[in-house]
Amino acid sequence: MFQFDRQKICLSIGALLLVLLPLLASLAGEPYLVSLFSRILIYALAAASLDLILGYGGLVSLGHAAFFGIGAYVVGILSFHDFEESALIAWPFLIPGSDSALVAWPAAIFIAALLAVFVGALSLRTSGMHFIMITLAFAQMLYFFFVALEGYGGDDGLSLFSRNTLPALDLGDDTQFYYVCLTLLFAFLYLSARLVKSPFGMVIRGCRENEKRMQSLGFPTFRYKLLCFVIAGAAAGLAGALNANQVEYVSPGLMHWTRSGIILIMVILGGSGTLYGPVLGAAAFLLLEEVLSIYTEHWMLYFGPALILVVLFARHGLYGVLVGKEKRHG
Amino acid sequence: MLKVEQIETFYGSSQALFGVSLEVREGEVVTLLGRNGMGKSTTIKSIMGLTPVTSGRITFNDKEIHALPSYRVARQGLGLVPEGRQIFPNLTVRENIMVGAAHYGGRKEPYTLAEALEIFPRLGERLNNYGNQLSGGEQQMLAVVRALMTTPKLLILDEATEGLAPLVRKEIWHGLGVLKARGQSILVIDKNLRALMTLADRHYIMEKGAVVWSGTTSEIADNEELKASYRGV
Repeated sequence: MFQFDRQKICLSIGALLLVLLPLLASLAGEPYLVSLFSRILIYALAAASLDLILGYGGLVSLGHAAFFGIGAYVVGILSFHDFEESALIAWPFLIPGSDSALVAWPAAIFIAALLAVFVGALSLRTSGMHFIMITLAFAQMLYFFFVALEGYGGDDGLSLFSRNTLPALDLGDDTQFYYVCLTLLFAFLYLSARLVKSPFGMVIRGCRENEKRMQSLGFPTFRYKLLCFVIAGAAAGLAGALNANQVEYVSPGLMHWTRSGIILIMVILGGSGTLYGPVLGAAAFLLLEEVLSIYTEHWMLYFGPALILVVLFARHGLYGVLVGKEKRHG
Repeated sequence: MLKVEQIETFYGSSQALFGVSLEVREGEVVTLLGRNGMGKSTTIKSIMGLTPVTSGRITFNDKEIHALPSYRVARQGLGLVPEGRQIFPNLTVRENIMVGAAHYGGRKEPYTLAEALEIFPRLGERLNNYGNQLSGGEQQMLAVVRALMTTPKLLILDEATEGLAPLVRKEIWHGLGVLKARGQSILVIDKNLRALMTLADRHYIMEKGAVVWSGTTSEIADNEELKASYRGV
């Protein structure tokens, strides 16, 4: 009973702090915190989406940044064509550019999901080390593809003229943008929490434990895992779209395998298979980066031992430490 | 109901089954007896599509199933309680049970959670515990209940009571007796011949990957040589 209350209290306090953050930042006279925490929320969304396949499905992907990057590029490319007043596709039907979030963000989700169908359909036929290597290879292929794509900036990337537009909102305003990110993160966490407790989620968790057993219970496990992979990819695409808006710039670096590694570290640091843990992991990683990088550019040297300690002594990551070890499923 | 005809199965280049044939009819309890390494579990795996059959034929309710992937075999109505239980350790008891019912969308299953728990009431007290917090006997009960939730026309148990204390075994056999009384068809591998004699209708004995004897419970009861050989299997 105590564990349950402790978890609820931690989640409530966390949510409240996030809701009040712009106000607290304003009172503290540190408005840049709003921008920093927007970044945290965006990476939290990407990390939570990876947790769906890693923590619940047991699939260690080193290519998640591909979906993050493609989501960002969809926003970047649509914005580029909108600014240039040129067609994205001229034949057989005309697709113009757009700076509307109502067009660009669903497009980012859709394209990332489509990529996830393709990558997942091939990579999910393997497991373990082979799965890691195939997802890594796909992400790297995409990275080099965009490096070579001179029309959209190649290695130098692509700058956005401005953030996307949303009716009745000004996304150019950091506080409003922050609340949009927060709303989307909360919505994703809520839907994911429902998902992992649903029959579908039970099958995915069952696959993590013993896939053959799930098959002999009558489940076509490949289809279940593929759907989970696509949901995670689509959410990472949305995170990428938000990231493109926040920094108003996209580059192939967003898809590099090191970016996938960073998202993976966020999940492990926060606690895989906990859903809310990756939010904590993203916050811990980016805040430590912010603080440590003031003192040294080799801040990873100090971050590394902290990560090792968490892996060794906190089986369910920082979230496990906060809410107690036994509580894992949000 | 289930007909296995002359199946042969290989592990790599070594042959494990040599023309195994057996049959389970509606409402029957049939056993597969034999010492370790004689091919009993391989037969079960072959039936379930977990190990490919190289020749022969397996039909279930007149439908060929030997070339189907394991999930489609299960969906024909075969529920497996595997050797070693293989429950999901990080899912709660409730989730372990309900995951079996997941693909029926709660529409077809004749067993509700409450009905399934009637067979092994002890599990009802442990619903919120994780699978890895159960004793071996409770895990076996859980594995049986989980298989029941898939609405099996035929329940298959591989080493149903291996490694369990006598009192727990009694509980498992009692549960299977309840199922038999409800008309559940069961194919069971176990070494406890005495318990199987009271539960089962027919028996198959396997040696070196082949069926060497088959008959009814009364035939095995009248055969002192067989009883002596397999009492301590």
